[in-house]
Amino acid sequence: MRLSLQSGVHELTRRLARSRRDFLRDAAGVALGSALLGSGTLSHAGIATKNRKVVVITFGGGARDQETFAPEGQENIPHLMKELIPQSTFFTQVVNRGILGHYVATASLATGVYETINNFASLPPEHPTVFEYFRRERKRPASDAWVVAPSNGFNRIGESSHRSYGAGLGARVILPKHLLTAALSSGHSDYQHLLRDNYETPFYAPELAGSEVELEQLDKILNLSVEDFKAHARTLSSPDELSVYVVRQLMRQEAPSLLWITMHDIDVAHAGAYSLYIEGIRRTDRLCAEIWRAIQSEPEYAGKTTLFILPDFGRDSDEDSGGNGFQHHRTGDAPSRTTWMMALGAGVRENVVFDRAMESTDLVPTIGAMLDFSAALAQGKPILELA
Amino acid sequence: MLPADLKAESFKNYPPEARKLVTTYLAALQTLPLSFVPNLLREAIEYDFKFPAERRALERELAHLQSIFGEPSSKAAGEWFQDFAKIALSPQLQQMDWVNSPAQFVEQLSTHLWATHQLDAFRKAATNYAERLQDAVPPEPPPIPRLGIAVIGRGVTANEQPLFRKLRPHGGHFSQVKPEGGLTILLDAIADRAQAHPISYGHWYVDGGEAAGRFPAVTVVSYLGLEPVRSSLLRRMRSQIETPGMGPEALRSQLAQMTPSELGLESGDQVLDRFRLKLLTEGSGTQIFSTTFAQWAAREALRRAQPCTLLVRFAPRQRQRPMNELLTDKPEQAELDPVGSLIDADLGAYYNWVNQRRLPGTEQSSFLAWFEGHSEAVAIGPAMPRGTESSTPTDLRELLALIS
Repeated sequence: MRLSLQSGVHELTRRLARSRRDFLRDAAGVALGSALLGSGTLSHAGIATKNRKVVVITFGGGARDQETFAPEGQENIPHLMKELIPQSTFFTQVVNRGILGHYVATASLATGVYETINNFASLPPEHPTVFEYFRRERKRPASDAWVVAPSNGFNRIGESSHRSYGAGLGARVILPKHLLTAALSSGHSDYQHLLRDNYETPFYAPELAGSEVELEQLDKILNLSVEDFKAHARTLSSPDELSVYVVRQLMRQEAPSLLWITMHDIDVAHAGAYSLYIEGIRRTDRLCAEIWRAIQSEPEYAGKTTLFILPDFGRDSDEDSGGNGFQHHRTGDAPSRTTWMMALGAGVRENVVFDRAMESTDLVPTIGAMLDFSAALAQGKPILELA
Repeated sequence: MLPADLKAESFKNYPPEARKLVTTYLAALQTLPLSFVPNLLREAIEYDFKFPAERRALERELAHLQSIFGEPSSKAAGEWFQDFAKIALSPQLQQMDWVNSPAQFVEQLSTHLWATHQLDAFRKAATNYAERLQDAVPPEPPPIPRLGIAVIGRGVTANEQPLFRKLRPHGGHFSQVKPEGGLTILLDAIADRAQAHPISYGHWYVDGGEAAGRFPAVTVVSYLGLEPVRSSLLRRMRSQIETPGMGPEALRSQLAQMTPSELGLESGDQVLDRFRLKLLTEGSGTQIFSTTFAQWAAREALRRAQPCTLLVRFAPRQRQRPMNELLTDKPEQAELDPVGSLIDADLGAYYNWVNQRRLPGTEQSSFLAWFEGHSEAVAIGPAMPRGTESSTPTDLRELLALIS
């Protein structure tokens, strides 16, 4: 008997989760979390909420299992596999039921609601962001919540248009590529090509109209001169590397309690060159480990920070005739919707895997439980294994 | 406007053959739900520029719909389209000129489905419809068993990465293939098939570089052959992007409306010119990377023309410059990346096989992938044992014979 499409999708997502779990068990020797749940061994690690920090990395823009957690993909993520997963609680089945465009999906992650804003327009999320909940309830200053995003289309991600939140309550946003372009254009060259980073629609650069950090604030916030910033940028190979450089400066200078980093290099896959997509995954893997090491080495972060790493969504499978394999995320099939998440650091059990289904909208309420605020309008639920 | 309001005059702006087609089947179109009809019209409006296989498939689909839905009281219409009828459309969609701009409607419909969380319901409806249609109107088998060939790795002198990992489980892996004269053997093979079985658009050769010759009765598409068109398109795209108010959706619409002659595509074959244009205006990355172009051209040729023979030769693409190089003031140099291109093409060859396998007659079809100038190949065919390895010296002619 043929399975209906809906039950087929559910079966496929479960299979994806199982294969991730089995692989992690074999490769990294992780324990199955469900065996620990009833034993009462999960608990808060005694981190005072007022000192706690949370860093979120979106492993963007979308990578598939066969290039990451499947046996043939493990060579592309050595740092996740050998360094981070043994220290993490890993969730194998995170389902994104929203729109699979990078801006709108990241906005959904940040609000805990499946946003429906135009992916390609410079629009704020319609529901309160995690930054607004955090700042309003905890009465935190603007300097305590930051977003670093290489894609210039993300300039409105820090603050929603919601009437009860919104203006003045959001995160500050740094768009390193935008900063770099501004820094370089003060000379004599045209670096507009740096802004054309929307891989889903190559060559297009949106008009900026957000509250992103401007060039003149480079020295005040990051303690960097324009010349130093330019000189360092010239040693880096990709926009995500530039983002991580900015993140490190931000951690030293501002030490925000809530820091959100959106990676985007992987989305070069839209150009259809598989080798560049793989390079993007390997670079993102390395950069995630760099950020984790920075968290452990910075006194403001060491021992009191929880790090979340998760993709915004996956990419199309090779089998769906409506897509073109790894190149896009247009079909809405199960592999493009089913991702994973790892949490590590303060208050998180190490070397555990959970394969129950959860949704990507669960992230915000979970952070709320950790940082002691209520994500009142979020659709998701706190992840009990973490919160 | 709703489908029930359709009249023959509604299609006065359609190309002549498309107009004739849709007016013949007007009664069926009038009974279908709005969430479905523009998808069909998107194909019909292009009828004059479609390949023979596409034309036949569309005619058969419409004829079947007419046969069962021609009567207004037909119960079958309800069964076939009840899921489509449940899709809620916005007033804006209903007010669109979906008759004359069905592609734009479908694009807006897609946005609407995502935003209203109806995408899964639409996928289910579309899948069910496709399955019903396949049962009712089985696809036509190819006149001869299909043969696909992928030639990868041009310009690579040494390679340490394992190749054909995704293809190997489906056929035999050969590690002692004599490379001498390999390309000539393969090109001769497709030319011979084309001569022995003359079929309009039935035999194709796609090259990611410059085509290695002209072959009677073989449809040839090459990246370098389209260089002037590609350059002209990129210039236009840059110019349009700099226009105030231009967004990605407007750019996409403008690209979709371009005609072959606007970009200097005037070979005298309207169908092929249109196909070539769409490779560049609808493909993502095809304007920049030759490996992407070759893979996408193969996918589209298989999906649309359903050729009996397809040889795709990948060529090195331009190197992606890292950010630190982009930040220098040095003028851009057209460097190639043969090793990265080999990785691209290795997966591209697999995708060619996957796409070939989707066509009717797959159980009789065969596929050969060869690392150009080297001794490694994978051969897949009805008589070829799967997942086998062979280190017996052989050549490509023998491999073709093995899978034929």
